[in-house]
Amino acid sequence: MPGPDLLSSQGLRLDGRRPNELRRIRCKLGVFTQPDGSAYLEQGNTKVLAAVYGPHQASKSKRSETVVVNCQYSMATFSTGERKNRPRGDRKSQEMSLHLRQALTAAIKTELYPRSQIDIYIEVLQADGGAYCASVNAATLALVDAGVPLRAYVCACTASMAWQDGDPAPLLDVGHVEEAAGGVVLTVASLPSTGSIALMEMSHRLHSDYFESVLSRAMQGCRDIEVNIT
Amino acid sequence: MAGVLLSRTEKVFIIDGVKDEYRSDGRSTIDYRPMELETNVVSHASGSARLRLANTDILVGIKTEIDVPKPDKPALGKIDFFVDCSANATPEFEGRGGEQLANSISNMMQRAYQSPQAFDLKQLCIFEGKQCWKLYVDILILECGGNLCDAVSLAVKAALFNTKIPFVKAALMDGGNIDLQLSDDPYDSKLLDVGSAPLLVTLCKIGNKCVVDPTAEEEKCSSVSLIVGVTGNRKYYSDDDTEELPAFQPKCSAISMHGPGSITTTTLRNAINQGIIAAVCLDEALGKTVVRERRDIEKFKRHSYGFLK
Repeated sequence: MPGPDLLSSQGLRLDGRRPNELRRIRCKLGVFTQPDGSAYLEQGNTKVLAAVYGPHQASKSKRSETVVVNCQYSMATFSTGERKNRPRGDRKSQEMSLHLRQALTAAIKTELYPRSQIDIYIEVLQADGGAYCASVNAATLALVDAGVPLRAYVCACTASMAWQDGDPAPLLDVGHVEEAAGGVVLTVASLPSTGSIALMEMSHRLHSDYFESVLSRAMQGCRDIEVNIT
Repeated sequence: MAGVLLSRTEKVFIIDGVKDEYRSDGRSTIDYRPMELETNVVSHASGSARLRLANTDILVGIKTEIDVPKPDKPALGKIDFFVDCSANATPEFEGRGGEQLANSISNMMQRAYQSPQAFDLKQLCIFEGKQCWKLYVDILILECGGNLCDAVSLAVKAALFNTKIPFVKAALMDGGNIDLQLSDDPYDSKLLDVGSAPLLVTLCKIGNKCVVDPTAEEEKCSSVSLIVGVTGNRKYYSDDDTEELPAFQPKCSAISMHGPGSITTTTLRNAINQGIIAAVCLDEALGKTVVRERRDIEKFKRHSYGFLK
């Protein structure tokens, strides 16, 4: 399946990176004073703000033996190329909120805070591919800033597939242009220090022979990100 | 602003201080707290600005779209305000929690910008009766530290000053439809004339006097506040000093009251005058800042910080 030309003959990608390179990551903790923890993360042109409130008492209906992790993902109306009409509440944001919750619940020591709740709010200021990954990474930093006990850092990364002279070359940290080109996008949220996967999602089709190599590339990306943000 | 607890003596201290024009942080009644402003922070938007006033953090992005003008105003463009209260500011804004506040702010902005003396919509016209620009002014409230309206109006004016609209290179008439070809060179664009755009000033009534930019403690002592929208002076926003401009007279483009209290007509009159004086000072400061920032961007002198500062 010769996909679209994502690699040049010199083996460089559309934005000049090599296949195994991440985009530039810059981050800052404690951007705001009111939330218990906050973080700002830039991954290339994708820019995300995360805020953590809690742990605080959960509302009566939500109480359980483990902490309730409440996530809300919203995108600024000016974050994408075409203006969005609603910042949140659409299906995509709701799905993103669920995925965030799954990845972050795996990392938080939920058994420490029975009958409590942690609120994690994500605001995407600029989306240029990999918004989910940047959100997970920013949320991890915000949780660290808030002092919430974690089993391990949770990092997320995407990987895609391209071909160079007939050989498979998995791409790391897919940008918006590469996403839009229509190739496979594999999103992995993992706990790199334990090597386990908290969430995995794939779109488009990929031959199972190559799945292993794309997945290991994405896992390598998660490890690189952990080194970068710690 | 919840969570501030004041004893009765502390309230008396603040109220008596304002009576003699003393405030607990040493400001006068028309002084603002220090602010930080940065323009051109969102690269996906045509214009953007981020403003931080004490604990209030506002990000404004402006997007442009081509639209059909209203049949009763064929020569005018359109401007639309949308406020989004991010849950990052407070958990109360989660889901649809911030909608009421957001609507009240966007309505206030819409009213202040409605007058042709405040913002000239003719500059957004492309083809009379056929096509015009529509500006989407999207305001994102990231942190809520009081005095939202003032901060929003400042950030919006700075973002509009920063907005670039591409020139139309060619237009093809095909039957009744017009097909526009826009210039794709980012430097081949026009800037908006925003000098007269209004600024909102919130006046908080404490005792019989009013103060601008109240702190959380001062807000607790006040029952009613007045918001005045005052048009700006184009002199502060023009690059060349030689241009002859007509004599400037600040005008009120919107007034509204918030809060459960009431206000006497004398206090109201004084408050409006005080608001106009404060707005003129604020407008001059903003104009100087944005003009300096534009020069720095043109000379590539500026380093972009965004949220990393």
